[in-house]
Amino acid sequence: MRVKVKFFAILRERAGTAGAAKEIKEGSTVKELWESLQRDYPQLARVEARLLYAVNLNYVNAGYVLKEDDEVVFVPPVSGG
Amino acid sequence: MFRVTPKPLKLKEAVAWVTDPEAGAIVTFVGTTRNHNEGRRVIALDYEAYDEMAEKELAWIGREAKERWKITRMAIIHRIGHVPITEPSVVIAVSAAHRQDAFEACRFAIEEIKKSVPIWKKEIFEGGEVWIGTQSGQPFQMDREVRRR
Repeated sequence: MRVKVKFFAILRERAGTAGAAKEIKEGSTVKELWESLQRDYPQLARVEARLLYAVNLNYVNAGYVLKEDDEVVFVPPVSGG
Repeated sequence: MFRVTPKPLKLKEAVAWVTDPEAGAIVTFVGTTRNHNEGRRVIALDYEAYDEMAEKELAWIGREAKERWKITRMAIIHRIGHVPITEPSVVIAVSAAHRQDAFEACRFAIEEIKKSVPIWKKEIFEGGEVWIGTQSGQPFQMDREVRRR
């Protein structure tokens, strides 16, 4: 199945792209998707900041099981204000 | 009104939005970009947001504030993109029947923005740039090779 990934801020710069469609196995978790993306974009493996995860505009935990067409965003430490 | 925008912010607009006959107080907060941070000479800040989710999280802050305090209306507008020194990056306005609720809700709003809203700032300083905010609270230093990509 396919999910949509968006990259922001430091992750966007490291990946060199603002987003990608990604083919994953049924039952994959957010954490497994992140590990797979780190293989696709080796520069992401160098990001040491702690990440939060958002699926379809809501924060979720790393064990969240993805569904077809989910929009997934890895959220580096926020710094608004 | 909860939004992110690339346009310069106008405090008046936020105040107008929260003005209400029921209100006896309007408290505002304006976050501005300053020229120094941790010993660095800052030239500008570049803000980036996950727009849809940021606006959703800002609206959550508004709902949560309404549950905790007796406030009438709230507006939060956050600027994105390049923000020169001295210009506002965020404006908050809160109206309430009584001032204490407005003060506390306004304080709550800015603190929450810094915790949970998907907005990031890159500090451009003399000699380099950094994305602010890591687990340790220290900026994550970018190397020059990556910055050029």
